[in-house]
Amino acid sequence: MTSAAAAPPITTQTSSVYTLRRILGIVGVAILVLVAVIEIAPFVLTIANSFKCDPAVTNRPAAFIPVPPFGVQCETRNEAGQVVARLGADEQVSGATFNPSFSGYQAILTSTGPNNNLPRWLLNTVIYAITVMILRLLFDSMAGYALARLSFPGNRIIFFIVLGTLMIPGVVLLIPRFLLLNQMGLLNTYQGYIIVLAADAFGILLMKQFFESIPREIEEAAAVDGANRFMMFFRIVLPMATPALTALAIFSFQGQWNNFMDALIIVGTKPDMFNLPMGLTVLRGSGQDVQYDLVLAGSVITTLPMAIIFFVFQRYFVEGVTYSGLAGQ
Amino acid sequence: MADTTSRSLPLQRQGVTTQTSAKRQEGIAGLVFVSPALLILFMFLIVPLVVALYFSLTNWNGRTPLSQEGAYEYIGLRNYEQLLIQGRRVDDFYNALKNTVYYVLGVVPTQTIIALVLAVIVNQRWLKFRGFFRTAYYFPSITSSIVVSMIFLFLFSNTGPVNGLLSSLFPNYQPVSWLSNNDGVIHNLLGLFGITRDSSGFLRETQIFRISLWEWISGPSVSMLTIMILAIWTTIGTMMVVYLAALQNIPSQVYEAAQVDGANAWQVFRHITMPLLRPTTFFVVTLGLIGTFQVFDQIYVLRNDTTRRTTMSVAYLVYDFAFGSQTDPRMDRATATAITLFVIIFVATIIQRRLTGGDKANA
Repeated sequence: MTSAAAAPPITTQTSSVYTLRRILGIVGVAILVLVAVIEIAPFVLTIANSFKCDPAVTNRPAAFIPVPPFGVQCETRNEAGQVVARLGADEQVSGATFNPSFSGYQAILTSTGPNNNLPRWLLNTVIYAITVMILRLLFDSMAGYALARLSFPGNRIIFFIVLGTLMIPGVVLLIPRFLLLNQMGLLNTYQGYIIVLAADAFGILLMKQFFESIPREIEEAAAVDGANRFMMFFRIVLPMATPALTALAIFSFQGQWNNFMDALIIVGTKPDMFNLPMGLTVLRGSGQDVQYDLVLAGSVITTLPMAIIFFVFQRYFVEGVTYSGLAGQ
Repeated sequence: MADTTSRSLPLQRQGVTTQTSAKRQEGIAGLVFVSPALLILFMFLIVPLVVALYFSLTNWNGRTPLSQEGAYEYIGLRNYEQLLIQGRRVDDFYNALKNTVYYVLGVVPTQTIIALVLAVIVNQRWLKFRGFFRTAYYFPSITSSIVVSMIFLFLFSNTGPVNGLLSSLFPNYQPVSWLSNNDGVIHNLLGLFGITRDSSGFLRETQIFRISLWEWISGPSVSMLTIMILAIWTTIGTMMVVYLAALQNIPSQVYEAAQVDGANAWQVFRHITMPLLRPTTFFVVTLGLIGTFQVFDQIYVLRNDTTRRTTMSVAYLVYDFAFGSQTDPRMDRATATAITLFVIIFVATIIQRRLTGGDKANA
């Protein structure tokens, strides 16, 4: 944007002001770099340590540069399958470098015990996130369109109800949702989780805002051609809403991929129904002895799909946040 | 609004009857379009709110089936009275409230100021790699709160990288067990001046809501402080992006005019940028308040038996009352706590609207 503009010529400024500006600039960049390191380093350390065996994670967590040989075994087993030796921390780590092991990932991706069932939790998370996303795209855009364009009894009141629900804190809903789903026999089911989250106020308002920005003439032309409201919406209006729908899809997917509280309440007592965040908390265990290799490998696997989506659709993430921020104005 | 559509119809020489039927058709379409979403919001947001409110006025424990005769009775505001004014649970609630308030007061201003400073620097026109910085700061906020908690569990463990780094920077550093440390931060500071519990005199003797004044001024525990650092680390990116968007929305003419008038950089920031950012600040602080008052996920992962009391937040207390005990669940008390939290958040938002001048900016 303005980055191409050259620094203004120094005509009225004295050289001491110029020096001060230079110093402030250097301090500013130093702050940015420092914060960037603080924000990124934890992820680097997490990824690095997810490839270490347990003693090395605990005793030599700082080493982060992987060097060959890759795929070292954490445990040496005899012919009977018993563990006869474990890879010590200093055997795996040397200075800042370490030999990556895939044991944590192997253990976590092949295990299917009730409290260690990452493949199943991954599948569940995909099911929850995608179903909720599709339903929200449909229901939120329909409702947003109705509120933006159609005059029907109660339009204004419904708009304020939707706006009002944004104010209800999630914690308040925790228990009554549990009770309600319990009464309906929907606890620990896919349907139970999905139906509760199948529409949301933020999405409705986002879509409403978008539909208000497209010119009315397009629909009027379609009306002259004899299209009814439903055809008009699905064939003409909705395809034009692709940017807003993409932003909504991403937000919804991200929200559900990371949703812990609803999973805890709705599907939190049946390990087969867990999503990844819920599963991770079980994997962590409750004692002080955390199996870091498993927990860190699980954390990386949980984050990876979101990270890929983030880097592909980065523009939409930033636009979405910007939208909600500017909406606050 | 949608009147334009019907107004255009007479131009097409439609009869009066078709006009009203078109209008009716639109009304029906509107209701059909809005009803699925509305039904879901009603069933799972509005009904639960009413249900919560209702059960907070009863003595239902949550376990006895509702169909059973005498499963519960209406007891008015007694749950609130026991929670807030007197009774066995009063210190449970005020302990959680104290922890939460320290948490909010620590996190919200810090994350807002850091986000603003970062946004102002990133917005400088001479800056290179702007996209890189924005991505680096924003990335943690797309990560699951549970994953972030796991990362911090690892980073701040006794032998973890944070203690390792501090040991190598400061040879005299005694490793801190960050996540199992109940010492209040303010207590620790007072300790530096020789003020301890034993020498705190009347502070120790005086109790308000069954918590001594000495405990009230503890500050967040070291464990809670770790969770606060986590919250700040996670959210500054989102808030930075919001501030950045607002900064880029300020027309450059405003700055040029100020420069012509001879204002220096600080004056421009103080008297032009800051007032123009007021609505954004209001938004960011509101978002921060609503989020921090409900802190739950991070505590679920990072608390342990040692820090049970000093990391207890109000939101966690709701969960703890309802599901913490298999033998004695208290849904009545839990819902009363939840409704109280709702009111607290509501009031806090209004107060901060006054403080940041959000009311004036929006007027």
